[in-house]
Amino acid sequence: MAKNCHNDYKMKFSVDEEFPDLSLHNNHMAKVLTKDIYAKLRGKSTPSGFTVDDVIQTGVDNPGHPFIMTVGCVAGDEESYEVFKELLDPVISDRHGGYKPTDKHKTDLNFENLKGGDDLDPNYVLSSRVRTGRSIKGFTLPPHNSRGERRAIEKLSIEALSSLDGEFKGKYYPLEGMTDAEQEQLIADHFLFDKPVSPLLTCAGMARDWPDGRGIWHNDNKTFLVWVNEEDHLRVISMQKGGNMKEVFRRFCVGLQKIEEIFKKHNHGFMWNEHLGYILTCPSNLGTGLRGGVHVKLPKLSTHAKFEEILTRLRLQKRGTGGVDTASVGGVFDISNADRLGSSEVYQVQLVVDGVKLMVEMEKKLEKGESIDDMIPAQK
Amino acid sequence: MAGSFQRLISGRGTAVLLAGLGAGTMATGFLLSEKGSLAAEVKSKLYPPSCDFPDLRKHNNCMASALTPAIYAKLRDKLTPNNWTLDQCIQTGVDNPGHPFIKTVGCVAGDEESYEVFADLFNPVIKDRHNGYDPKTMTHPTDLDSSKITNGVFDDNYVLSSRVRTGRSIRGLSLPPACSRAERREVERVTVTALDGLKGDLSGRYYSLGDMTEKEQQQLIDDHFLFDKPVSPLLTCAFMARDWPDARGIWHNNEKTFLIWVNEEDHTRVISMEKGGNMKRVFERFCRGLKQVEHLIQERGWEFMWNKHLGYILTCPSNLGTGLRAGVHVRLPKLSKDQRFPKILENLRLQKRGTGGVDTAATGDTFDISNLDRLGKSEVELVQLVVDGVNYLIECEKKLEKGQDIKVPAPIAQFKK
Repeated sequence: MAKNCHNDYKMKFSVDEEFPDLSLHNNHMAKVLTKDIYAKLRGKSTPSGFTVDDVIQTGVDNPGHPFIMTVGCVAGDEESYEVFKELLDPVISDRHGGYKPTDKHKTDLNFENLKGGDDLDPNYVLSSRVRTGRSIKGFTLPPHNSRGERRAIEKLSIEALSSLDGEFKGKYYPLEGMTDAEQEQLIADHFLFDKPVSPLLTCAGMARDWPDGRGIWHNDNKTFLVWVNEEDHLRVISMQKGGNMKEVFRRFCVGLQKIEEIFKKHNHGFMWNEHLGYILTCPSNLGTGLRGGVHVKLPKLSTHAKFEEILTRLRLQKRGTGGVDTASVGGVFDISNADRLGSSEVYQVQLVVDGVKLMVEMEKKLEKGESIDDMIPAQK
Repeated sequence: MAGSFQRLISGRGTAVLLAGLGAGTMATGFLLSEKGSLAAEVKSKLYPPSCDFPDLRKHNNCMASALTPAIYAKLRDKLTPNNWTLDQCIQTGVDNPGHPFIKTVGCVAGDEESYEVFADLFNPVIKDRHNGYDPKTMTHPTDLDSSKITNGVFDDNYVLSSRVRTGRSIRGLSLPPACSRAERREVERVTVTALDGLKGDLSGRYYSLGDMTEKEQQQLIDDHFLFDKPVSPLLTCAFMARDWPDARGIWHNNEKTFLIWVNEEDHTRVISMEKGGNMKRVFERFCRGLKQVEHLIQERGWEFMWNKHLGYILTCPSNLGTGLRAGVHVRLPKLSKDQRFPKILENLRLQKRGTGGVDTAATGDTFDISNLDRLGKSEVELVQLVVDGVNYLIECEKKLEKGQDIKVPAPIAQFKK
């Protein structure tokens, strides 16, 4: 049960009395939520009891930043996206480039459709990684789930992952009861996730009962990794050093499909529909939920006046090497796809592969003191 | 695989239930609604209480000591009239395992009824925290007649300041962990309207946290009045920081001796304070102010949450009864270094804190000394206890200054049963 489930009691008060003060706020929820929408939605709840106040609490508590537009709302279960569509459809549209309620999302996890991607120059591309999230049908999401559900998700996940073999054979490390040695190894491998400290997540109820039901699974080769019960039911990551994004993506697709088959057998497939693609906790991760990226050395290009514009035209995004909200170190950037919804997995990874290839060529040109003006791409 | 999966996702109770329904592995699949999620009622059957019982093996708080699987099973599906649940009461205690040396409470009330509906948990917690006080059989005395205090003026050479605080909740509105924005705003409205009716030395004004100017903010910080958004996970995990700073604020009288916090950890926190050692006057103002505020809200049909077993009802069980902490900042350079100091405090039912308040360290030789107890003794009794205790401490300090020996006093009796 969630925080605000005494909804019927709250209906005694008027919309004006309950409506949040969003005057200082800068997030997608605050931009979209009007008193009319709130009035329409406040009397509703999903079958599991999630209400509009639950959806928006994180956005009310975190006014945001003038430069960074956060989403400001989360789903508590699959139905949230339906029951609260008057709020979430416009948020999705704002966040995902005008995506309409009638649009259809294409899923393509056929790695053979990716062209190239095995020849990114390892002198520049230090590592390649693809991640996504998956939610398991029949359970509510991290902002809302009970301990019983979270543990059931963990158990199901362990069973599914333990049955993998070959390149996917691996082991699960529950956060609770991890030995010091295991913990240090996971930190050294950059695999360990910790209790969320970001108020964006804690105010959405995602850190409740930590570390109960949370853990990390990875294969023996350390190239395929699954986080259980962090911000989503599952976060699936394929990664390796160097620039062979094709291989990373192959492993990603194959691994995901194997896992999905096992969950489907138990009548707990992944949450997906043809409008929103894969359903995840944060509306920003709908669609593919995919972030495919590289750590790449671009010391010259990153200081070029047109760097930001190039990224925008390539539909790519830069981050520091620590991930979201970190700075770059030594001219090395994390470059990944900006889009999640409205294009397929293959399409998004193709953008990364093609875009990074181009940027590395630009970097080489700049090293030689040559101009890159004729290489600036058109808007994708 | 079917059988093992079924056992995996459910406790024995559910396996039996599902088997009884003639269901196999596919059971959960068919119990899903069309869209795939579980309706709340079905969920509570599919996940019996044993599935949801928190892992408290590493925990050290009153809730973890008191909560058994049997109590949890009995209470999990109950709701207060405001739809508040046991899981919500205990969330803070689950999320904050505690410290081997400091036993926190680990649960909060969402409304007045929480103490009744979840009595099977709260009663043992109260007993544990309040020296064996049994809410089922005992009654709590309320006494706000400050004229009864004797010897309530301390030596200013030692006592730098005197302060009495308590909390009050407005009956009919949910408490800070549970309240909606409308309820919180109503608490603010009721309180501020009442305070605007105070006159004479108590007349003052309200500063809303959201609307205050930078200048006002700086002044409140300089006066040590300003409270900020809670950062302690004990409070944030209990949902008390939601919607900050909406409907939060500070009221104080013009003389800056009577101060009220609105919608922080409780509906209201009421503080009377002044420099120097005149605890009697501080308590007199405290009682007078409280009574006037109570009268003013009653004129408009409101009242404070109170009952004869638990006294004043507040968010944290540790503050039940009087909710009162009466204390001084006192210099005790010699006594504080004497190895008998902790025992003397313990026997006098006093507690020392640093001058920054709870969980701070003392600076130099100045300590915050206050009553340990809240429930089972009246306000007058507790303040007298602090008065007598602090006077004794000052006596000890003076004796040590003269090179004389001091005695550890006999322990004060607990409340009369």
